[in-house]
Amino acid sequence: MSAPAGSPRPAASARIPPRLGGAGASGAAAPAGPGPAPPQQNGPAQNQMQFPSGYGLHPQNYIAPSGHYAQGPGKMTSLPLDSQRGDYYSGLYTVPTQNVVTPNTAGQQPGAQQMYGRVLPAPHMAGSALGSFPGATSSSHVHTSASVNHHNSPAVGAANSSVASQGFPSTCGHYAMSTVSNAAYPRVSYSSPPAGDPYGQQMFTSQNAPPVRPIRDNSFSGQNTAISHPSPLPPPPPQQYHQEQSLSGYSTLSWSASGLPSTQDNLLRNHTGSLATANNNPTSPVADSLSSSVMQNVQPPVSSPVVSTVLSGASSARTPAAACHPAEPAASVTQPSELFQQKGMQYGDYVNNQASSAPTPLSSTSDDEEEEEEDEEAGVDSSSTTSSASPGPNSYDALEGGSYPDMLSSSASSPAPDPAPESDPTSAPAPAAPQPSKVAKPFGYGYPALQPGYQNAAAPPGSGPPSASPVYSGFQQYAQQYPGLNQLSSGLGGLSLQSAPQPESLRPVNLTQDRNVLPVTPVWAPVPNLNLDLRKLNCSPDSFRCTLTSIPQTQALLNKAKLPLGLLLHPFRDLTQLPVITSNTIVRCRSCRTYINPFVSFIDQRRWKCNLCYRVNDVPEEFMYNPLTRSYGEPHKRPEVQNSTVEFIASSDYMLRPPQPAVYLFVLDVSHNAVEAGYLTILCQSLLENLDKLPGDSRTRIGFLTFDSTIHFYDLQEGLSQPQMLIVSEIDDVFLPTPDSLLVNLHESKELIKDLLNALPTMFTNTRETHSALGPALQAAFKLMSPTGGRVSVFQTQLPSLGAGLLQSREDPNQRSSTKVVQHLGPATDFYKKLALDCSGQQTAVDLFLLSSQYSDLASLACMSKYSAGCIYYYPSFHCTHNPSQAEKLQKDLRRYLTRKIGFEAVMRIRCTKGLSMHTFHGNFFVRSTDLLSLANINPDAGFAVQLSIEESLTDTSLVCFQTALLYTSSKGERRIRVHTLCLPVVSSLADVYAGVDVQAAICLLANMAVDRSVSSSLSDARDALVNAVVDSLSAYGSTISNLQHSALIAPSSLKLFPLYVLALLKQKAFRTGTSTRLDDRVYAMCQIKCQPLVHLMKMIHPNLYRIDRLTDEGAIHVNDRVVPQPPLQKLSAEKLTREGAFLMDCGSVFYIWIGKSCDNNFIEDVLGCPNFASIPQKMTHLPELDTLSSERARSFITWLRDNRPLSPVLHVVKDESPAKTEFFQHLIEDRTEAAFSYYEFLLHIQQQICK
Amino acid sequence: MHQNYGFRLFKVDHNSRHAAPRRRGRRAPVSWDQGLSGRVGVRQPVLRKKRRRRRRRRRRMEVVVFVFSLLDCCALIFLSVYFIITLSDLECDYINARSCCSKLNKWVIPELIGHAIVTVLMLISLHWFIFLLNLPVATWNIYRFIMVPSGNMGVFDPTEIHNRGQLKSHMKEAMIKLGFHLLCFFMYLYSMILALIND
Repeated sequence: MSAPAGSPRPAASARIPPRLGGAGASGAAAPAGPGPAPPQQNGPAQNQMQFPSGYGLHPQNYIAPSGHYAQGPGKMTSLPLDSQRGDYYSGLYTVPTQNVVTPNTAGQQPGAQQMYGRVLPAPHMAGSALGSFPGATSSSHVHTSASVNHHNSPAVGAANSSVASQGFPSTCGHYAMSTVSNAAYPRVSYSSPPAGDPYGQQMFTSQNAPPVRPIRDNSFSGQNTAISHPSPLPPPPPQQYHQEQSLSGYSTLSWSASGLPSTQDNLLRNHTGSLATANNNPTSPVADSLSSSVMQNVQPPVSSPVVSTVLSGASSARTPAAACHPAEPAASVTQPSELFQQKGMQYGDYVNNQASSAPTPLSSTSDDEEEEEEDEEAGVDSSSTTSSASPGPNSYDALEGGSYPDMLSSSASSPAPDPAPESDPTSAPAPAAPQPSKVAKPFGYGYPALQPGYQNAAAPPGSGPPSASPVYSGFQQYAQQYPGLNQLSSGLGGLSLQSAPQPESLRPVNLTQDRNVLPVTPVWAPVPNLNLDLRKLNCSPDSFRCTLTSIPQTQALLNKAKLPLGLLLHPFRDLTQLPVITSNTIVRCRSCRTYINPFVSFIDQRRWKCNLCYRVNDVPEEFMYNPLTRSYGEPHKRPEVQNSTVEFIASSDYMLRPPQPAVYLFVLDVSHNAVEAGYLTILCQSLLENLDKLPGDSRTRIGFLTFDSTIHFYDLQEGLSQPQMLIVSEIDDVFLPTPDSLLVNLHESKELIKDLLNALPTMFTNTRETHSALGPALQAAFKLMSPTGGRVSVFQTQLPSLGAGLLQSREDPNQRSSTKVVQHLGPATDFYKKLALDCSGQQTAVDLFLLSSQYSDLASLACMSKYSAGCIYYYPSFHCTHNPSQAEKLQKDLRRYLTRKIGFEAVMRIRCTKGLSMHTFHGNFFVRSTDLLSLANINPDAGFAVQLSIEESLTDTSLVCFQTALLYTSSKGERRIRVHTLCLPVVSSLADVYAGVDVQAAICLLANMAVDRSVSSSLSDARDALVNAVVDSLSAYGSTISNLQHSALIAPSSLKLFPLYVLALLKQKAFRTGTSTRLDDRVYAMCQIKCQPLVHLMKMIHPNLYRIDRLTDEGAIHVNDRVVPQPPLQKLSAEKLTREGAFLMDCGSVFYIWIGKSCDNNFIEDVLGCPNFASIPQKMTHLPELDTLSSERARSFITWLRDNRPLSPVLHVVKDESPAKTEFFQHLIEDRTEAAFSYYEFLLHIQQQICK
Repeated sequence: MHQNYGFRLFKVDHNSRHAAPRRRGRRAPVSWDQGLSGRVGVRQPVLRKKRRRRRRRRRRMEVVVFVFSLLDCCALIFLSVYFIITLSDLECDYINARSCCSKLNKWVIPELIGHAIVTVLMLISLHWFIFLLNLPVATWNIYRFIMVPSGNMGVFDPTEIHNRGQLKSHMKEAMIKLGFHLLCFFMYLYSMILALIND
């Protein structure tokens, strides 16, 4: 493959300065390239190797720098600082030791525990770092002063202040440590690690403890206070945390926002007064002024928490619920071991007070579109230039470690599990870190889906030369299992490719003969064929994947390959480790506004070249100082340049208005139908439980609105004795009865809110109102939300039948299984779309929970969420008692929904190297301009897809980069930018393109495209297009290997799952025909395809089947002290099901356990708790907790699977003979059904099409 | 006069319509005088007068038709230019999709009606060539308007305009229409002048 590499090489090396020479060649080296790639691609990489102890290689290494930090402060504290440093260190690193040392606590921390194993080495590193402190410090100090000499005074200020700020012993990484020296924020505070860890102790002692240092133990406080005993410093008073919190919350706002809230407060107060009068006298002026409708303020009987008495037009005789005040104090800190409990506080760790972003008048430079901020890279502000970078774990995710163990090696840390560290000589300098990590891996790795790909790739037996092995090792693994075939086909494949070590992914597979294409282990993302350094720096495939990991050079080549080119994004994923950077100047390219990233090249110390538009930019003064190594003049070692996933704390330049508070509005259907279904009980219960965990700060506001044929508002103004219901029956022209007291501060009105939540489920029990005025209710919600923006959660149980946006039933039940035309996949009216766009404009997202038993036209209703960046949940045939599994699912989903992280007023921009262009976006958002996605809310479960085209030939470059920048307001009122950068090689030969196909990403992109096609054209069109995609790509591949026989269906190994997945798509609910599918189910499946991230979508498309009656510990992994067995994947065919076995099918949102007729009675007894097969109940949704080994294994396996996803799946136990088994069998996609091909038939069909 | 084939065709076509009655009017009396009885000849002056009057009215009508078409065409040209400007604004991110689409959707129906009127007018005034020329474009306009899915906010939908190269195709369409309207403009201008001269 030297030929293709030849052409880019001269150009690239000409462009890149000699120091970095060789980059072009290595990058362009084809996968089959025999020679090991030159080690350096660019500046950062090189330097990384020179300073091997740096943090760049392994997340563990971060510890070392933190040790250094611990040093500085003593010297520097006296320096005036006016900006706040947030250093995110080691909370997690240190806690782990705790857990490891005292494993008895582990049980309490299932989430956090898991990652600890991996971070185990940290303390050692720290220890050694401490040992070397004096020298290090002095040297760094010298360094600083040297820089002082070299540069003008502003620089001095900058350097000094940043040194000082860095110096604080930020041992608790995510407990953002705030260091403020100005009068307004006199408290220098940082949080202690959950104390008692030796590391923390050392840290404290090794430095001159600053005088005022209250420890905040925020996010861990609930969980870890029990453990945080031997801390040398007193545990923090909790209220201090809050105080600090609020300070920080408002500090950024004080200059601009304070006016608004205060006036609002006044208004609110005024209103309270007037309302009070209104209550006493229904004909009061207030009521009069609003009397155009039948709005009534109601005289409440004191005993009842919520009272409504409709005085006029009182057609609805509504008896208010009795005052049920269940003494249910929303558990504040009462459930320390509860996994989710911490979520609400999670932002605690982000307390990066931004005193530094101080009083710039908002009007001067403001735009919420990220790219328009003023650029001050060059001019360093003399007084307040400080920067800190802190690759710290963010505690939110840390706490969730259990549920997202896969994120361990996320983003920046992705190199860690990479095999490279072990085999790569360059990593030798950091021996302490990688070794333990290796040891810890089997314990720390919960989630095999992607990361183990790296991990296992470590030592593929008999892998090729080291340079090539990591790339293809994923495939080699299972290649090993079919040695016969492997040899055979590699013999065949050798003919087509000249180079000796043929990449595994190009091994031709004869699909019609190879019956076992499905590997027994989960399929992992292919690793781009980059050199080791770049690969280590590259973005985690969990967040960012491309369908082709080798980008074809020209559109013509892409057309020849007949493969879709696009990106799959999961930008706001819960991450366990995320470097957060506070810096006055966020370094970006001047022309294309790209954020500086690991793939830029430094021309010299002072200039860098953008990797997207190739413009040469200056390195700002501030950037010259590296806060991690506390050294000057090494811009390429900054965390921005060392991590491909970073988060910046944005300054006021990135704000159009002060960051909004978290605002939540619940719009609830209370018509007869809804009350029948009984969802209110579950919702109110969940809300009560999670009220304190709602992400937000002291400004968080909440409101409720219910509707049937009228709209009911709830006045929850602080000071009222009970919530008041205000009824507006004028649904043609909705208005807000009181503008200010409907959305109230969560903390101030908590009692009232609890009263309301306790009363709501019973308030409407006797309603006879069957109509649903959803449209007007949404309009009201929009009016309510438009001043601030926020999140609207709509619960709807039937077809809206009144007012604007009413819908008719469009489904013809007789057509459900039609093979011909499926109609009505698109919306019936543009009302919801318009509303969504209005909401999007006001930064409001609408989340839809549809809990209906009959057709509710989800196709139309979904629009309200689709275009406002909301999310859609659908619970078909929901009933709280008749359908307990759905009820349980709702409950669990709600818990996740209410407590998960949320970002407000977000925009996402995707940039790519010049020559590539994006043309179609998939997901829930509104495309505001060509590459700017407007997301009113962003949640961690949202995925996106982008289609790309190659507009200009990429011949003069060897690498292309993609960058997503997500600018959002955190629930703590901070403006943040999360940046992911992905770098991929450019190739010029068709074989290389095929070698780099990421089949899962390609399938997900195709699924997205097919959804579009079926809505805009027709379902059959979409199905044809899917089949054609396989036919085209395989025939294109066939023509490249012309010397092979054409009778066989040959696919490259990288594409061997392609036909299987496409068949799975064709049998997916969204696209299947011939099988009875309700329209809403189909539309919901389409919505999910559009907005699920890849990992979850793949499970939906191609479920995983495991045999669970013979679970063994062989190959098991350890998660949180539990042994999780790893049974091999079975292919989805009835032939694999034996009557003697029990099988678990993981379909993403639902689990099925199929019990064979003659299944071993021991298993049934041990796991299901039933004496024999006959006695297994028909509806079983739980595995009993039995104290047997097999039960334990089965349960731990299922729990482990469950923990890996945001929506908790429902478990169904399906007996072999029960009617429910059709549900199970329809997922066996390799089998023939009445209406669809079996896998083999499908292959023959494809072959036929190819030969045609 | 014979600048190009299209115009020549047009001219011939046009003239034939103007010239034919003239020729018939002149020749018919001759043949009638020669071959037919005197009764016919007596009536001839009346007939000729009527015809002349009708002819004159038709010519005047023609002038009116073309003047109207010309104005209408001008409006359509401006509309096309407006479409192009707005779409390219969107392309350059000067305005957002929402406002762009609401701006444009407002003018879709006026454009459709304006064009339909001209087409129908040409049909009524029996200018077959111009009618046939306009017909496809008018049909496309109506088809496009009718085929908008019920959930979309009009021909231009802000949620889809950035997808699948829709913006480009809209742009292309607006360009083609601009060209077409310019062609029509000169055609109407020519016909109008011709009609004025003949009058």
